[in-house]
Amino acid sequence: MALEIAAFSPRRLAAFLLAGIDGTLLALSLGLVALGLATLFSASYEQPARVTAQIANLSVALVAMWLVARIPPQTLMRFAAPAYIAGVALLVAVALVGDVANGARRWLHIGVTRFQPSEMMKLALPLMLAWYFHKNEATLRLRDFAIAALLLAIPVLLIARQPDLGTAVLVAAAGFYVIFFAGVGWKLLAVLGVLGLASLFPLWGMLHDYQRRRILMLLDPTQDPLGAGYHTIQSTIAVGSGGITGKGWLQGTQTHLEFIPERHTDFIFAVFSEEFGLLGNLVLLTLYALLIARGLMIAANAPTFFARLLAATITLMFFTYAFVNMGMVSGILPVVGVPLPFISYGGSALLTLFIGIGILMSIHSHRRLVQT
Amino acid sequence: MKLGEIKNHEHELYFFQLRIGFAGCVVLAAFALLFLRFFQLQVVQYDSYATKAEDNRISIVPIAPNRGLILDRNGVVLARNYSAYTLEIFPAKVRDLERSIQELGEVVEIQAKDRSRFRKLYTETRNAESLPIRTRLTDEEVARFAANRYRFPGVEIKARLFRQYPHGDLAAHVVGYIGRINQKDQEKIAEQELEANYRGTDYIGKAGLEASYQQELHGATGFEQVEIDAAGRGIRTLARTPAQAGNNVTLTLDIKLQEVAETAFGERRGALVAIEPSSGGVLAFVSKPGFDPNLFVEGIDPASWAELNNSADRPLNNRAIAGIYPPGSTFKPYMAMAALELGKRTPKSAINDPGYFEFGGRRFRDSKAGGHGYVDLYKSIVKSSDTYYYILANDMGIDAIASFMGKFGFGSKSGIDLEGEAAGVLPSPEWKQKRFRRPEQQKWYAGETVSIGIGQGYNAYTPIQLAVALATLAANGDMYRPRLVSTIDNVRTGERRHLQPVLVNRIPLKPENLEFVKRAMAGVNQEGTGARAFSSAQYTSGGKTGTAQVIGMKQGEKYDEKKVAERHRDHSLFIVFAPLESPQVALAVIVENGGFGARAAAPIARTVLDYYLLGKRPELSSASSRKPAATAHHEEEETD
Repeated sequence: MALEIAAFSPRRLAAFLLAGIDGTLLALSLGLVALGLATLFSASYEQPARVTAQIANLSVALVAMWLVARIPPQTLMRFAAPAYIAGVALLVAVALVGDVANGARRWLHIGVTRFQPSEMMKLALPLMLAWYFHKNEATLRLRDFAIAALLLAIPVLLIARQPDLGTAVLVAAAGFYVIFFAGVGWKLLAVLGVLGLASLFPLWGMLHDYQRRRILMLLDPTQDPLGAGYHTIQSTIAVGSGGITGKGWLQGTQTHLEFIPERHTDFIFAVFSEEFGLLGNLVLLTLYALLIARGLMIAANAPTFFARLLAATITLMFFTYAFVNMGMVSGILPVVGVPLPFISYGGSALLTLFIGIGILMSIHSHRRLVQT
Repeated sequence: MKLGEIKNHEHELYFFQLRIGFAGCVVLAAFALLFLRFFQLQVVQYDSYATKAEDNRISIVPIAPNRGLILDRNGVVLARNYSAYTLEIFPAKVRDLERSIQELGEVVEIQAKDRSRFRKLYTETRNAESLPIRTRLTDEEVARFAANRYRFPGVEIKARLFRQYPHGDLAAHVVGYIGRINQKDQEKIAEQELEANYRGTDYIGKAGLEASYQQELHGATGFEQVEIDAAGRGIRTLARTPAQAGNNVTLTLDIKLQEVAETAFGERRGALVAIEPSSGGVLAFVSKPGFDPNLFVEGIDPASWAELNNSADRPLNNRAIAGIYPPGSTFKPYMAMAALELGKRTPKSAINDPGYFEFGGRRFRDSKAGGHGYVDLYKSIVKSSDTYYYILANDMGIDAIASFMGKFGFGSKSGIDLEGEAAGVLPSPEWKQKRFRRPEQQKWYAGETVSIGIGQGYNAYTPIQLAVALATLAANGDMYRPRLVSTIDNVRTGERRHLQPVLVNRIPLKPENLEFVKRAMAGVNQEGTGARAFSSAQYTSGGKTGTAQVIGMKQGEKYDEKKVAERHRDHSLFIVFAPLESPQVALAVIVENGGFGARAAAPIARTVLDYYLLGKRPELSSASSRKPAATAHHEEEETD
């Protein structure tokens, strides 16, 4: 009897729950989420329900992470091709029958809710490419990189056409990271870089007016202080006026007087930076740096080519989101719709992020099982 | 497993880890870049951004002071303020003005008139914070807008004080009006370094006392520090300095007397100025036609403006201070005074008046055909002999006339407390030298002196000058600066400032000469040209009629009123002071194209004096309607 009871003791339950969970990753990401909830509370003083909604989102995301963390990488590999094909199919569907909002066709109606297939591509594309390279690991040639580039170009162009430049750039970056870590030669990389820059010129012609304005506005935001420049001007004022120590939690005037647009989502960093100052920013940068370091470490120790590529790419995706978002809020990058990872309000972004964390955890916990 | 494969694996892993290291470096570099940017914003440029955030947050809202009131001498309100709601647009906060106005029109009524006025204000006052699109909203409209307010960022309801002139066009030229501050006003304010005090002020005095006492009436602007949100809505007040209302201005003018005088004019054009000789205080000040100053307050609409501005009657001209007229025979008492003072004539000096004076081959005609026969100095005034004064002027010479008349204020601004006064013309060889360019025009001809004697020729004076000269004569040579304002009250402290009369000149005149001229002017109203208008007056008075030619008559041509276009008919003038012994009032009247002085101007003067001295109200019908043309029987009385 006593033994049987011991078999269902809390300690055993904890061991079961925590199997495969990486404490460091969990602590760092939850630390970031905690900062995010505090900031969100300040940013949504007029709508406190947002905080509880975000906590609900977090619960869903954590469950997803927990599930994904128990899936071995080999199993994940099986999802790669179907996820990619489904993603591309959905993107085509969006182009044909998607909903239009703000002049862009990005959404797909599924029953009562709307769904953004481009969000799914953020994970599906790296999965696909990592799987492709893994499959052809022994015989990687220029041809394989060309095929990878094609696999990358299809969804990116579909997303860019919506148009959703921000997501297109992020998805392209994810694909690029896989190709980079797969070992494409430096010379080829340089050629690709030049080609990429050259492609900016015809791309400029494809851009919508508001997109061009956002980019031009970076050069001189004061040109259109009430229009395209407004976001950047107000968010840099918020960041700058935070000073070294910040105005204090709930004390941000830019935030509370509604000078910061989209202050719970894309521009939440302006709120954070105004209230917590340079020191707060340093803490945030440190948390991200540690999270990225942990991710890269897991990648470096990963047993298979697939796991390595996937882990490194996911980690660099975290970096990319964080960098682009903070760069945009502080006025050194154009305004693109990128949320700040773990901080910004929003369920689907949080879900994607914690699935990513779950994948990293899975790769970490299965590092020896596969090798032997 | 083959060895080569393992090696290959290790080799690959090494390369992969190299790339991981590279990626780590890129991440560090990128984060360092971000940190540098944060450092730049939050440390290096902190002060500038902190200020910007404060500027964002705190708005200094000026509180416009209540404008002071304008009251007549008995405390009757001539200009006051009333509160009303206006719908105002902050152009800087509205992206598409046209569309906003269009949409506002669905909530409150906005007429084409409102739009055109707004457009005019918008182009005239670029830097204004807010501009009214609608004024005087009803309670219902206020409620309807309040319910739709969220749709209109940058549009607000404001409770504003509006200026109102309860007497309408009565004394409009005295009170004047206020209007929106325009570019020119703004420059003037900047010149006087008063920008801070005018930050909340939208209106400024444009004419009349509203303009000349602008500083007194304006008051001191208060300030409120308000925390605002991004939509410009006030959240809470942080600090407040209240505004100080402008001072109340009390006039010497009696609005009832003014009303009597204006009613007496009826539809006729002209001016009247009545002055208290002992102080220079203006009792009545008429310039006809007038206008309704209320039209200007909210910005006059273009149609009304065109009507006022293009009217041949020129209602916006302040004739009393800016209209210049030949004084005609009202000049003669001063000529007589000059002759006595300078020893050119004695009361007994007489001529035989044949009806003309020949000089330099030219015949100067008397207005009475055949002349007045034996004329001494007394009769020259009473009957208004032209011939007498042709000869006198010729004897005195232009320099003596100009220097004597200058002392009475002829040809120089009186200094009344209104803007826009004209100087008129006191003719002299020096004046002619300056006035004309060509040498032959610059020379003074002796013949020109002759008509100066009867108040014609180059003589041109404003009605206020005629009134001041008469008041000076009535006060035995004491000339006071004419003024409309007697006291200024500080509403807040209750302090009252009396403006003291300003004696500008004391002309030394011999008492016996004064006595003689006044007696002769009394004769005018008893037995002379003013007798009919002043028959059975219950007070003594001294007057003088005048008729001023508008167009010159050729040699031998006779003036016939009926043949001359209305606007070319003679101006009718009358000056009078009363009572004779201790004058309480001296006034000058001019009725444009009114014909003989005795006929149009003198009855108006009589009506005003009757009211002022006896409190007698005229019967409206007789005062405002013109008597039919005089019969031949009265011709003699009315020639001057």
